[in-house]
Amino acid sequence: MRLSEFPLDAALPRVPLGEWIESAVNWATRTLGPLFDAITTGVEGLVGPLEHLLNGVPAVAVVAVLAGLGWWLRGWKFALGAAVGLLLVAGMPYWEETMSTLAQVLVASVLALLLAIPLGIFVAENKRASAAARPVLDFMQTMPAFVYLLPALFFFGIGTVPGVLATVVFSMPPGVRLTELGLRQVDKEIVQAAESFGAPPWMVLLRTKVPLALPTIMTGVNQVIMLSLSMVVIAGMVGAGGLGDVIIFSLSQVEVGAGFEGGIAVVVLAVVLDRLTDSAGDRFPSARAQRLAREAA
Amino acid sequence: MSALAVQSLYKIFGNRTDEAVRRLATGAPRAEALAGLPATAAVIDANFEVRPGEIFVVMGLSGSGKSTLIRMLNGLLRPTKGSVRVDGVELTTLKPAALRKLRREKISMVFQHFALMPHRTVLENAGYALEVAGLPKAERRERALDALRMVGLQEWADKLPHDLSGGMRQRVGLARALAAGTDILLMDEAFSALDPLIRREVQDQLLELQAELGKTIIFITHDLNEAMRLGDRIAVMRDGRIVQIGTAEEILTDPANDYVAQFVADVDRTRILTAASVMEKPQHVLDVNAGPRVAAKALRESQTSVVYVTGPGKKFVGTVTEDEVLRALREGRANLDGYVSTERVRTVTADTAVADLFADCAESQHPVAVLDDRGRLTGVIPRITLLSALASVAPDEPAASDEPAAEPTAVAPSSEPADIELVVGKEMPA
Repeated sequence: MRLSEFPLDAALPRVPLGEWIESAVNWATRTLGPLFDAITTGVEGLVGPLEHLLNGVPAVAVVAVLAGLGWWLRGWKFALGAAVGLLLVAGMPYWEETMSTLAQVLVASVLALLLAIPLGIFVAENKRASAAARPVLDFMQTMPAFVYLLPALFFFGIGTVPGVLATVVFSMPPGVRLTELGLRQVDKEIVQAAESFGAPPWMVLLRTKVPLALPTIMTGVNQVIMLSLSMVVIAGMVGAGGLGDVIIFSLSQVEVGAGFEGGIAVVVLAVVLDRLTDSAGDRFPSARAQRLAREAA
Repeated sequence: MSALAVQSLYKIFGNRTDEAVRRLATGAPRAEALAGLPATAAVIDANFEVRPGEIFVVMGLSGSGKSTLIRMLNGLLRPTKGSVRVDGVELTTLKPAALRKLRREKISMVFQHFALMPHRTVLENAGYALEVAGLPKAERRERALDALRMVGLQEWADKLPHDLSGGMRQRVGLARALAAGTDILLMDEAFSALDPLIRREVQDQLLELQAELGKTIIFITHDLNEAMRLGDRIAVMRDGRIVQIGTAEEILTDPANDYVAQFVADVDRTRILTAASVMEKPQHVLDVNAGPRVAAKALRESQTSVVYVTGPGKKFVGTVTEDEVLRALREGRANLDGYVSTERVRTVTADTAVADLFADCAESQHPVAVLDDRGRLTGVIPRITLLSALASVAPDEPAASDEPAAEPTAVAPSSEPADIELVVGKEMPA
């Protein structure tokens, strides 16, 4: 043992952090059980029906809707590419898993954004909260994603719910950060102009700051969705189902073909979701106006 | 009563602001007083009053504290110490809601970079204050359109700000402030971001609007020419302190210190100085009832060729030269009536800018006569005086003669012609 070789090192106190966390998790599992049960019911109530819906309609219909969205937001070239990619996935044996992954991603993203955007607004308005939130967000973002699965497993058991909740925690930070950044970047003079005409704080926030910060906030939305997708696959380890299961199964069985099929489904889903949300930001009048203003300058 | 009054107003950023105020109150220079303190002083002991309907310009270079000062006038920044009173209401102690009400009702602001909301149309921008005040949409639209009409942009109401040029955008900024219908307008470097030609145009427009609306305007600028052009009175700021307050002419002719003097050194004085400040006291004025002999004597004694003649109420009538005096003598007249000529001399009013005197001086055979608003002769400007006034642009040399506003010296005719003081203009170079 190296520790015994160096007397000074041996004198360092041993910090049983792992034990503390275990007992904290145990305590929480015992005392907060009803709360966790309620959350489980709630999340299942969201993911289940959505999964059901996506798998209840023909694959072609889903492809058509997504391609149509792509046409509206980005044009026919993207729509064509998205249709081809998604039809490829539909042609492989894992369409059902892909749809269940999509359902999980959508639910996790919406939950993460419901937490992240108000939190981002709060920390943008409050310097002290911002200083406090920063290390917490750093922690959430840098902690290896797998680690979230463990407490989630304890609290919520095996299945979709711990996967979705671990995904929410993992994907939330960029939503908070980019919301804060966007609000802070709003031209101070414009905010002062709003204030100088006697606008109350809520009005300055909702009618001036948020519209002007929307492009950046939408980048945050995009990032949250992308992180959700990457985490949902990892969540396959706790039996969340979907493409994660496919990939982890193929990993353990060394099934190269199945692994690739699952992987390609993830990639297609990722590209489609990324491009769709990326251009959704540009649909807002404030984003268009700001872009035009930048081009004119 | 003043529209806005500021008393010993301080704004210190950083920590230990009380100590900073205490040290600055002694009048010590900013850098010295704050040495070793974790504080920055932006505004130090500002005192001034703005009268209703005047354009009060605060001028200073960047870092002089002028933008901080103006932001304390509507409470965008809280003063560290001191008082700001708007229409008699102390602003510094108002609760946020009351402060917002005061902003809606009393003060609006125009910003350096226009600060228009890019996602709202020109009309929506112009009507912003009314939207904040909760007016119904139709009325909002009506009043915003009125304001846009005032600045000549009603055609652009449905465009977005980025469709407009810089000058037009600032006119929208101005319309937004006008639509608010407040009596006081704060303008923070409002025209500084514009091209010189456009700047000139919007300055003119502001002056036109002001003549019509009579708002109380506090205008911040770093451009002295702009300050002189717009300001009824000007406060010069340096290092957070106001070093002089006065009219453009007062600041030009009587700078409070070397700093102000240097600052005004390269101003185009001919646009600021008026006939009143360069004219000379006419040495002798002759009443129209004086006899030709008196006139002849005056001409002889002063060795000049022209005498200025005033009539009833000291109104300027014209000039007589040797020729007319001799003719009057030959024809045995008792006074100069009928011999006075108005052909050879040009008249200007006392508030004519020096720049506009050149043509008159060049075309007038004799020194230009300066009249007050009731047509009375208040002074004369020989060409040589105009030239030397121009030459005296060096700040240490007063540009005007020692007694700029010479009282009219025309004396009422008394019984004795000898008692009449004759005023004779200086001989002019042919």
